[in-house]
Amino acid sequence: MSAVTARVVLAEDGVLLREGLIQVLGRFGFTVVDAVGDAEHLITSVGTHEPDLVITDIKMPPAFHDEGLRAAVQLRRMRPGLPVVVLSQYVQQEYAADLIGTGDGVGYLLKDRVADIEEFVAALRTVLAGGTVVDPEVVRRLLHRPRDPLGMLSPREREVLGLIAEGRSNSSIAGALFVTETAVGKHVGNILAKLGLPPTDDTNRRVMAVLTYLGARVG
Amino acid sequence: MSTTTLNVALRDRRYLLTPWPWRSVLFLATTAVIAAPLASGLWLGLLPLLVAANDVGHGRGPDGAVVFLALAGTALLVVAAPLVALPVAALDRRRLRLVDPRPLHGGPGGDLIARLRDEGTWRAVLYTLLLGLLAPPIFFGAFLALMAEVLMLLSPFSIGTWNFGTYEVHGGLRSAPLCLAGIVLAPVLLYLAGVLAAGHAMLARRLLGAGDPLRDQLGEVHQSRARLADAFDAERRRIERDLHDGAQHRLTSLTLHLGMARLDLPAGSPAAEPLGLAHTQAKELMVVLRDLVHGIRPQVLTDLGLPAALRELAAGSPVPVTVETEIAARPPEGIETTAYFVAAEALTNIAKHARATEARVRVTGDGTRVDLEIEDNGRGGADPAGGSGLTGLADRVAAAGGRLLLASPAGGPTLLRVELPCPR
Repeated sequence: MSAVTARVVLAEDGVLLREGLIQVLGRFGFTVVDAVGDAEHLITSVGTHEPDLVITDIKMPPAFHDEGLRAAVQLRRMRPGLPVVVLSQYVQQEYAADLIGTGDGVGYLLKDRVADIEEFVAALRTVLAGGTVVDPEVVRRLLHRPRDPLGMLSPREREVLGLIAEGRSNSSIAGALFVTETAVGKHVGNILAKLGLPPTDDTNRRVMAVLTYLGARVG
Repeated sequence: MSTTTLNVALRDRRYLLTPWPWRSVLFLATTAVIAAPLASGLWLGLLPLLVAANDVGHGRGPDGAVVFLALAGTALLVVAAPLVALPVAALDRRRLRLVDPRPLHGGPGGDLIARLRDEGTWRAVLYTLLLGLLAPPIFFGAFLALMAEVLMLLSPFSIGTWNFGTYEVHGGLRSAPLCLAGIVLAPVLLYLAGVLAAGHAMLARRLLGAGDPLRDQLGEVHQSRARLADAFDAERRRIERDLHDGAQHRLTSLTLHLGMARLDLPAGSPAAEPLGLAHTQAKELMVVLRDLVHGIRPQVLTDLGLPAALRELAAGSPVPVTVETEIAARPPEGIETTAYFVAAEALTNIAKHARATEARVRVTGDGTRVDLEIEDNGRGGADPAGGSGLTGLADRVAAAGGRLLLASPAGGPTLLRVELPCPR
């Protein structure tokens, strides 16, 4: 376990889970500087505390719709690059796409993932380091989707893209698929070419690939 | 709320001790208020016609201006009649509850053209004409009777001498007979008021209802069925919310703590295996509960609406499904839910029975209605009588006031179309 000390603002309306998360985060070297119960307080709290990482539930008072997600997107607009992880009770592609549309350094995780503590913490660290993480469940759902530009990808390329969406690096993908990193690089190149993503430096092409993957409008 | 009507109450010997006489009086009083402008407008419009008729009756040709005014007045009445009659009918359907609590529903709504085609509108016009024509003489009589009754009852308190018809009134004790007559007359008048109000109510029921009592009752049944379906939906939402806020939340927290406990176990502890098992089972239970909540009422439907929910359905279907949505405004919740469950059931059927290689879901909505079409290229032969869940779907759709149409020839393709109205 690396000794990352990151300051976190946590937004979760359920008291039990909020306390549980504070314990988990504290244990893995994150400092929860503030824990709030609704989106409005989240925005003000981030302004006050300037945290390194924001973790927020999607459904929060008063209406229990997508307040947390809206707040996350708003925070990303106000502070580009602020690492934000949203926790969702269920898989919702639209939400994931909205969030990833704000650039990289975001995470979209199912609440269930919280229970796999080590995976959860690893995802937090990936986001903190500027990576993008999408819940494996979302990825699994999308892999069974029969339409779209992804149809052009070979099964192996889909697999690689799924791992990219989970926020993994080329070396980690190579490890997971038991191939060389060069092979992974080749796959990634093919995927980007097939999805028609131009080789520019100003956008993170991997994120664009994930966006395409999520069925959101690219561009 | 009592379910008797004035008609029933009038036959009851205790009629005078119930609120019904006074409800009748109130009903008649409000009738007078509504009828007064109607009558004056009507008679004003008919006046030139009467003058012309009078002229003709006296053997002279009517004056040109009078003929013109008569024609103009008649034309005005014909044009204004439906415009006035519809709101009057709507008001009187509600007012009728004073003397007859059984609900009464008008014809279909819609724009003026549709209403002009509806015979119910013309029955409302007839009702309004009768109200305008009959109210003045009847209420004139009623007013006279009321005045006479008041004078008789108050006669002992009068000062001096005056004539009541041919009867000399002196006031004080000497007018006791008159006062007694007034007291005797009061219940008679209250009965008369009841009979008049009941007559009016019967006329109104005939003319302002659906045209016959059975259709009125059917309308009532339709409404109660729609209310049941709505209540059912509300209940689903409540259960979904309770499970989400209570059970799911607690279970997530429990699983989190089990995970923490696993991390804290020293390596090689005998507790590691059972704790690991507990953790795994708790995680599986989270998935089970999530699916359960989703089945009760998909949160995506509540949060993002029908198009997103249909896309999610399609994403989970083993048969490739394309989704097209053109929804202008978000339909009412009940309509959304119905459309969603129809699509869910249809896609399940396609996956189970159709042997299709592709399916298409198309939903359009313009704010007044929602049309949903689900098509597949499977083997067809879907039969609502086959207990494929189609019957339940048809019931749901009918409860929402819509129609379900199915075309499924043997050999396919199958097209299911659902049309749902969106009441505004």
